[in-house]
Amino acid sequence: MENNNLIQLENLIKIYKIGETQVRALDGLSYSIKEGDLVAIMGPSGSGKSTLMNIIGCLDKPTEGKYLLDGQEVSTLDKNKLARIRNKKIGFVFQTFNLLARTTALENTELPLLYSDVSAKKAKELALHSLSEVGLKGRELHRTNQLSGGEQQRVAIARSLVNNPSVLLADEPTGNLDSKTGKEIIAIFKKLNEEKNITIILVTHDQNVAQIAHRRIHLLDGQIVKEEHV
Amino acid sequence: MALARNKMRSFLTALGIIIGVGAVIAMASIGQGAKVAVEKQFNSLGTNLLFVRPGSRSFRGRHGGSGTYANLMPEDAIAIEEKCDAVQYVSPNVSGRAQVVFRNKNWNTSLQGVGDKYPEVRNWEIEDGVFFDENMVKSSQKVCVLGSEVNENLFEGEDAIGQIIRIKKIPFRVIGVLKARGESGWFNRDDMICMPYTTAQRRLLGIKHIQSIDVSAASMSETAAAQEQIEELMRIRHKIAPGAEDDFNVRNWSEIAEGAAESTETMTLLLAGIAFVSLIVGGIGIMNIMLVSVTERIREIGIRMSVGAREKDILFQFLTEAIVLSLLGGVLGIGVGIAGSRLISRIFASPALIPIFWVAIAFCVSASIGVIFGFFPAWKASRLDPIEALRYE
Repeated sequence: MENNNLIQLENLIKIYKIGETQVRALDGLSYSIKEGDLVAIMGPSGSGKSTLMNIIGCLDKPTEGKYLLDGQEVSTLDKNKLARIRNKKIGFVFQTFNLLARTTALENTELPLLYSDVSAKKAKELALHSLSEVGLKGRELHRTNQLSGGEQQRVAIARSLVNNPSVLLADEPTGNLDSKTGKEIIAIFKKLNEEKNITIILVTHDQNVAQIAHRRIHLLDGQIVKEEHV
Repeated sequence: MALARNKMRSFLTALGIIIGVGAVIAMASIGQGAKVAVEKQFNSLGTNLLFVRPGSRSFRGRHGGSGTYANLMPEDAIAIEEKCDAVQYVSPNVSGRAQVVFRNKNWNTSLQGVGDKYPEVRNWEIEDGVFFDENMVKSSQKVCVLGSEVNENLFEGEDAIGQIIRIKKIPFRVIGVLKARGESGWFNRDDMICMPYTTAQRRLLGIKHIQSIDVSAASMSETAAAQEQIEELMRIRHKIAPGAEDDFNVRNWSEIAEGAAESTETMTLLLAGIAFVSLIVGGIGIMNIMLVSVTERIREIGIRMSVGAREKDILFQFLTEAIVLSLLGGVLGIGVGIAGSRLISRIFASPALIPIFWVAIAFCVSASIGVIFGFFPAWKASRLDPIEALRYE
């Protein structure tokens, strides 16, 4: 083991083919993230932020380059193995919450455990614990349409934590929330990182969100053009 | 539980299967019941019965009007009774329809000109009075025996014995009433009048030939022998050259019973076949709804994949939903079918039997429909790309 980086990105290149043209979404990006880091990724539209998140989150594979997660090379894994890694090591929080409709907060939180070898009883236990961590104790049986935007995002965070992931990825987590609620959510991220040493990577436009990061990297045309340390 | 979340949609999807299975079960029950009833009815008449009819086998002994197949004569019947050892009794038959009048009541009914041994041959008892005897037949007396339906309609409880009724304006004396035999689905066997065939020939129908001969064999086991003897005798009497087609045919009751049972079975298969088609339509309905469902749930599939669902997890989920839907539909359909067949049998007074065979088939078919028609949508769902799926509006 050369280093103890949780995430190691080496010369990532991602090329999309749109009709006849080729788009270089990532153009030789290298970076590393240690356990316990809180990193913010910023940049204009088209800079490659989402592509980078998708690759880190194992939803997509780079065209060229290496991605090592927890010492394991994941850039060449097949779809099924990637799904396993998403299940065990990665937690996602989206701008649009992406909860299942007509489903309770508890069931939503349990969802990742459905696809792992955890018993139903244990899954419920873990989900309840996760929900109380984000301050939703007592609201577990409310359905998605009965929850406010902020509460839904909390459920999403609880869901992303329930399988004890190595890294939590959040793509514009406050994008659909008002500023007050947004600040509450940011506080949760901060707390999780400080108290539980959870590695968090955020994509954001929001300065308030970027504030809490230890490091901020700025993307442009598929490359890192600036890195700020706090 | 995804199914429970959208109960209305799930119900509508399963509806096609419910109706299809229900129809299959109802049709099969009625068909089965009809078959058993036909068998029972035939059996109640005895299996030592034979029928001699004019015309070769290929015409299935159809009665033409008088004059169409006029080659059976009373002498044939007499010869059969005398000369065939395995034969016990015969009854020559002629028939027609006429208006029958008593005082101010009249009734259109079937006329049966028969021999004096008719009740023995047909296993049909007298309720009241007597049947006509040999002498009455010889002298073609104008006497008659009423079926219970005619008796009720003309006499309405009054004693019919000894009364004079008019058949085609000719006066006949009632000497007996037959026991009621009940309907046999398509016609009422008690709606008829018996008279000596000689009387019917001469006075009512104006014919010299007879239309068929009922024969009872000495015992059930001698039925086959009786059939052979009759055929041999008739060929000689009618001067049929060896190898030439007979101008008559002899059928025994069990053949006819089998034939009838076969045709009800064919009818059942036909009905059930039609119902099966509707089951296929139901399956297509499931596929359609599942396809729509997959499209509507693209986002959901993306979310599940993002938290670690593999292709086969998604495939399994949607396939299971389709199977559960169609199985549920199948079970409900079986219930509907059973209720429906009871209702139909009550309305039409025809019997219905729940055939376990068809229930099992319908169950298996509805499960298979779930698998077959649910597979394509489920497969489509599993092939979605998670990133695209999450972006879907």
